Amino acid sequence: MVMSCETWTERLDTYFDGELSPEEARALNEHLCQCTSCATEGLRRLQQKRAVQAAAQRFMPDPAFRGRVQKKIAAPRPILWSRRWLPVLVTVAASVLIAGFLVTFQRTRRSEQQLLSELVDQHVATLASANPVDVISTDRHTVKPWFEGKIPFTFNLPELQGSPFVLVGGRVSYLRQSPGAELILRIRQHQISLFIFQEEELSDAQESESVRTAHSFEVRNWRRNGLLYFAVGDVNGQDLDRLSELFKAAG
Amino acid sequence: MPLFERLYNFAHWLTQDREEAEDLVQETYAKALKGFASFQPGTNFRAWIYQILRNTFLTSRTGLKSASVSLDEENGQQNLPVANATPETILLQRSDQQLVQEALGRLAVPYREVLLLCEFEEMSYQEIATTLAIPIGTVMSRLSRARRALRDAVQQMQKN
Repeated sequence: MVMSCETWTERLDTYFDGELSPEEARALNEHLCQCTSCATEGLRRLQQKRAVQAAAQRFMPDPAFRGRVQKKIAAPRPILWSRRWLPVLVTVAASVLIAGFLVTFQRTRRSEQQLLSELVDQHVATLASANPVDVISTDRHTVKPWFEGKIPFTFNLPELQGSPFVLVGGRVSYLRQSPGAELILRIRQHQISLFIFQEEELSDAQESESVRTAHSFEVRNWRRNGLLYFAVGDVNGQDLDRLSELFKAAG
Repeated sequence: MPLFERLYNFAHWLTQDREEAEDLVQETYAKALKGFASFQPGTNFRAWIYQILRNTFLTSRTGLKSASVSLDEENGQQNLPVANATPETILLQRSDQQLVQEALGRLAVPYREVLLLCEFEEMSYQEIATTLAIPIGTVMSRLSRARRALRDAVQQMQKN
């Protein structure tokens, strides 16, 4: 399609404003190279554009005025202490407190969830590992001394004979950069990880005892003598409850 | 304070008066500060603050007067006559800065502001549309008419 010079010149301003599409700009550019009349008109428009650009920079603010505005917008608003503001203040303060509580509560919940997820991850990693335990022993008198010097605390292991649980072994585990013990136990064909950490290292685990499910794994958590216990496994809840009772009884 | 000099320049062009321009800029910053919560991050800050300045101007005495100027453009056709440019007219267009400044000052406010936003602030059509709260099509037709009006004004002044 052949376009008239009138159509081309209509696009000149849009062209110099940089608002034509790349294809249109290329086509117009080609036309300008061939058409003296349109090129002259283009030059005139460009010169006018530049002239306005230069002429428009005309007024400079007074330095004192800048200072005045700065002072005005930086000035704190006066606080009006009067009785009618009191209910407003009380409402605001109460809202802030409630909001703060909710935020803290939610944060704690989130942090606890993260903690549980980490433990479940570790349990799954143990299950998938070719060497799931560092000390292989079914004897609690072998496992417990093995941890000495490797973790900064000691714990009691219950006698498991007569119970459905079998001790497989143990390994050193880390949670939030703190070392702890991970005991691996078996019940029927299922494996359970029992994590033991120092309470002060995990201050965000708020609840003293809980029964939860995380990522379809059953989780039991309790505290004893400054230690935090987490039992994680794909077993039914009653099995974990029995295990927790055994360990609680051992102290 | 972001854009202080440029906002002042724009305000002075709109009001054509130093004191009024200062009031306008001061009010714009106060409103921007108060309404900063309404500014959505990611959207155009420049268009937003110019919009505040312009709306403040339109409610001022000078602004109300300028708004009464009819432009007859929204329903008008875009078929402006093609200027017959010759090297002579080009030379005429290279007029001195003072002449262009005077001509700009004589333009109706809607023409003056759209030219300033496009040529001096180098805003895109979209930004201008946001600032002036008009469709892009209107930005283009208004710009075209403003340029023509400026050119006529300069020529008229040169004749005299």
